[in-house]
Amino acid sequence: MNWAAVKINRFYYYLIIPGMLYFLIFDYIPMFGVIIAFKDISPFEGVQAIFSGEWVGFKHFVRFWNSYYFWNVMSNTLIISLYKLLFGFPASIVLALLLNELRFVVFKRIVQTISYLPHFISTVVVAGLAMMILSTDGGLVNAILVFFGKEPVHFLGSPEYFRSILVISHVWQTIGWGSILYLAAMSGIDPGLYEAARMDGAGRFRQMWHITLPGITHVVVILLIFQIGGLLNAGFEKVLLLYSPSVYEVADIIDTYVYREGLLRLNYSFATAVGLFKNVLAMFLILGANYLAKKMNQTGIW
Amino acid sequence: MAKTIKPTVGERAFDVINIVLLVALSLMFLIPFLSVLSTSFISNAESMRRGAFVLIPEKLDFAAYDLLLNKGTLIWTAYKITLFKVVVGTFLNLVFTSTLAYGLSRRKLPGRNALVFFIFLTMIFHGGLIPTYMLMDNLGVKDTLLALILPGLVSAWNLFILRNFFMSLPEELEESAIMDGASPPVILWKIVIPLSMPAIATIGLFYAVHHWNDWFGASIYINDRSLLPVQVVMRNIVLAGVAQNETMIEYVNDPPPAQTLKSAIIIISTVPILFVYPFIQRFFVKGMMVGSIKG
Repeated sequence: MNWAAVKINRFYYYLIIPGMLYFLIFDYIPMFGVIIAFKDISPFEGVQAIFSGEWVGFKHFVRFWNSYYFWNVMSNTLIISLYKLLFGFPASIVLALLLNELRFVVFKRIVQTISYLPHFISTVVVAGLAMMILSTDGGLVNAILVFFGKEPVHFLGSPEYFRSILVISHVWQTIGWGSILYLAAMSGIDPGLYEAARMDGAGRFRQMWHITLPGITHVVVILLIFQIGGLLNAGFEKVLLLYSPSVYEVADIIDTYVYREGLLRLNYSFATAVGLFKNVLAMFLILGANYLAKKMNQTGIW
Repeated sequence: MAKTIKPTVGERAFDVINIVLLVALSLMFLIPFLSVLSTSFISNAESMRRGAFVLIPEKLDFAAYDLLLNKGTLIWTAYKITLFKVVVGTFLNLVFTSTLAYGLSRRKLPGRNALVFFIFLTMIFHGGLIPTYMLMDNLGVKDTLLALILPGLVSAWNLFILRNFFMSLPEELEESAIMDGASPPVILWKIVIPLSMPAIATIGLFYAVHHWNDWFGASIYINDRSLLPVQVVMRNIVLAGVAQNETMIEYVNDPPPAQTLKSAIIIISTVPILFVYPFIQRFFVKGMMVGSIKG
């Protein structure tokens, strides 16, 4: 250690101390706290039980693996996440393509402003909107069904509709915001390419297909890889806000299960074990995603 | 120039279809808001006649707003809490984030890489919900205003965006300031901060919108109803269907229909952000590009 250099820089160390302390306390203590997953802890003992509690090894993990919930929450998490990827990911690309083809700048700006809107709205409002619109008490969708002589449907309580509602509201919320980076990439494409293509008689569709899309491939690949890195995050807040026991079977994801087991049933050790299981898997996914991104593009997120 | 070539019939058709699609899409964003806005204005009588939901109300009835804003203290208390969270929370976020980011942007700081790695690690591995909750519980911040501010005081993501920005400032500026005899605090205060205002403001907006919209933290750390922010109050009324008397609203003889009340509170809790949104939108777009392209 070069103490002279440390001394010269002491002002900068003073600057970083508060921030570093924050990370130490609020990120590292909980990281260390995961050892309660290997112990039996009663919620009434307080945090000192982390040190005193009895070691039980992998008991809680084994219990989770052997429970009915394991496959249920794992498959729900992955299915909901994959559906979001399958529909949400291309949707932003399509919107960016459509916006890019618009010639009226003012109209383009209006559509963009409107489509970014849901990104700024709280999840609670989005869930509230969904609940109001789907309400059986005259909600918009049911009003339309009734108008066409159909029976109203209790959408949020029906296992067959619940995931679709999550996915549709996800697309609604993210499509506009997701298109920003693609539009930026599109604006960087050499206009000469389009002129040359027009000279060769390519129509708008062929220009899109042969010039615009290849022009944004690098952005698409990077974003896709990182979406895969976040595969175990199926949207905790929205599920928690919208689900009910009647749809647990299709809606319960790892995060909501941890929430119920831990904070509602006070099974701290068990819930921590389930959460730890998820976090370790997620860590490998993220590291793998970054590795892939670096390999393909020489630029990862870090 | 492309403009000199006359558009063909096919191209015109393409443009028309494109515009129709985008108008339809815009309507899909606007109609949900519009229908909730309209529903918030319907009177009891109209609701009985036409059903709980309408696209255009016959007459604007302000009973739900009157009840929520004039006859109850609940919304105003919640607004105060949210305002506190946004103003004080964002200020502290910025102080903690920018000091750390600036310190870590110093290329010659001994131990810098280890410190950066220490923070980077928190981006890929977390303790999870329960250990974090236990920590908050044991620190005794549950049911205090601190519980609304402490979680997420520094976001590693924002920190790295800001650090990148600081690192992009030309080193010559600082060197010439040192020649003129400026000390590190003077350089920071007189040169770096003024130059970085756009970046700091963008990060501040990220934090402020997060504070405005956040509800989960408050929902698990706050039981005291007088400390609940707007979003949690709204969740309790709209999603959990908490009864009127539980929401500190004065009892009235002829209350507006439940859907009208729920719609009104959605509008009340969303209007402020809808008003500032057009102004902050472009900052965010820029910020998002900075964050993603370098990162």
